[in-house]
Amino acid sequence: QTFSLPDLPYDYGALEPAISGEIMQLHHQKHHQTYITNYNKALEQLNDAIEKGDSAAVVKLQSAIKFNGGGHVNHSIFWKNLAPVREGGGELPHGSLGWAIDADFGSLEKLIQLMNAEGVALQGSGWVWLALDKELKKLVVETTANQDPLVTKGPTLVPLLGIDVWEHAYYLQYKNVRPDYLKNIWKVMNWKYASEVYAKECPSS
Amino acid sequence: MVPAAATAASLNCALFHRQGGLNRATRGLQWTKKQQCTRKPGPAIITAKFELKPPPYPLNALEPHMSKDTLEYHWGKHHRAYVDNLNKQIVGTELDSMPLEDVVIVTYNKGDMLPAFNNAAQAWNHEFFWGCMKPGGGGKPSGELLQLIERDFGSFEKFVEEFKSAAATQFGSGWAWLVYKANRLDVENAVNPRPLEEDKKLVVVKSSNAVNPLVWDYSPLLTIDVWEHAYYLDFQNRRPDYISTFMEKLVSWEAASARLEVAKAQAAEREKEEQRKRDEAEDIQGSEAVEMYVDGETEDSGAD
Repeated sequence: QTFSLPDLPYDYGALEPAISGEIMQLHHQKHHQTYITNYNKALEQLNDAIEKGDSAAVVKLQSAIKFNGGGHVNHSIFWKNLAPVREGGGELPHGSLGWAIDADFGSLEKLIQLMNAEGVALQGSGWVWLALDKELKKLVVETTANQDPLVTKGPTLVPLLGIDVWEHAYYLQYKNVRPDYLKNIWKVMNWKYASEVYAKECPSS
Repeated sequence: MVPAAATAASLNCALFHRQGGLNRATRGLQWTKKQQCTRKPGPAIITAKFELKPPPYPLNALEPHMSKDTLEYHWGKHHRAYVDNLNKQIVGTELDSMPLEDVVIVTYNKGDMLPAFNNAAQAWNHEFFWGCMKPGGGGKPSGELLQLIERDFGSFEKFVEEFKSAAATQFGSGWAWLVYKANRLDVENAVNPRPLEEDKKLVVVKSSNAVNPLVWDYSPLLTIDVWEHAYYLDFQNRRPDYISTFMEKLVSWEAASARLEVAKAQAAEREKEEQRKRDEAEDIQGSEAVEMYVDGETEDSGAD
């Protein structure tokens, strides 16, 4: 199976002014596409190596699969995590997710504060996640390095929201001021998507 | 690449030659915040001492290959922040009195990094990086550096290929390096008895985030910053183009050659020092009486 670039559910400029159209286009058409291209290539080489029984090659390919497959997984979620304001971007979570946030973090403001602090403190490249631990039925904030998917931090973690803090996600607009990017991205956060994922994993009793 | 484990002994040696000798009391990495800050008379502004030095050329001097905008942000914001934040972290501590290279190695802490490592290493890395470039750079090295490159990589072209590949495949944030590896054995009770010139090699390595080859006891000769902030304004996602431009138009081979001379001199110094210590130890051993146990003279005879 080969993977292909999923369409963005909105125009490149639709998230302005929070995230510029220039960034969205590069991020989607160049960065995400490159991960997919290299992921497909690595998978092809992996199938080859498996067929030949070349264990050394199988092992050697793992990092390329993790980098590029992880990049594909993470960005596919990311595009759904964002929405234009007129389609509900930035609208606060209601219902069961809203209550869970209050229960597990005290308030939405505190959750945002925590995620932004984690995002600013992340050294190098990576992601900040709002996750559901589906075993403990608890919300947690996690970070992953580079393109490691959330599941590398725990097999029971389900991503609800991810924020890309690689420099390519904000540099052209915010330059070195990552805190401003993190402050503004909440204006286009697609809480509807997060609520849907949450409700599916934790159906209200 | 396998990082050479820096034992306490070699850590001391490394630091000895970089400055004047590190107090052996810091072997156990027991640095703590001083209980008292000594204050000079006058306005009580306490700052640690590292300075943001400007690059050795004006900020627009690398145009069109690296824009003034990039230098203004990269040096003026990113590098400045590393220096300012490092100073805040170390003021009033023992780290405040050390040269930057020593702060890097001490805070690396054999891989269990202390909080100041990120800022210290990035401060060092960026100062080094500006020195690796010059207006009208590029071309080929000459003299001994070229000789060693041809010896250790086969040809200059093969070196360039390997260096560019390392820079392009460093995933996420990081750096690619050309280093001089003095190839010392880092095991406490084993010493390379005949360190040969031929064993010392030039090697290409890559590192992630703030890590640099000082912590592996290598001598860096050349680096390229492949954090996205280094190239995004000028090249966006096109890191390979940035890397090619760096090699063809920016790299300062004079600076690399100068560093090679320093690295070789340091390696020779260290070897002399180690030989001197071994000679000393042998002298002491030779003058000690050797205990011998002879049958029938043991104090504890078994129960009769």
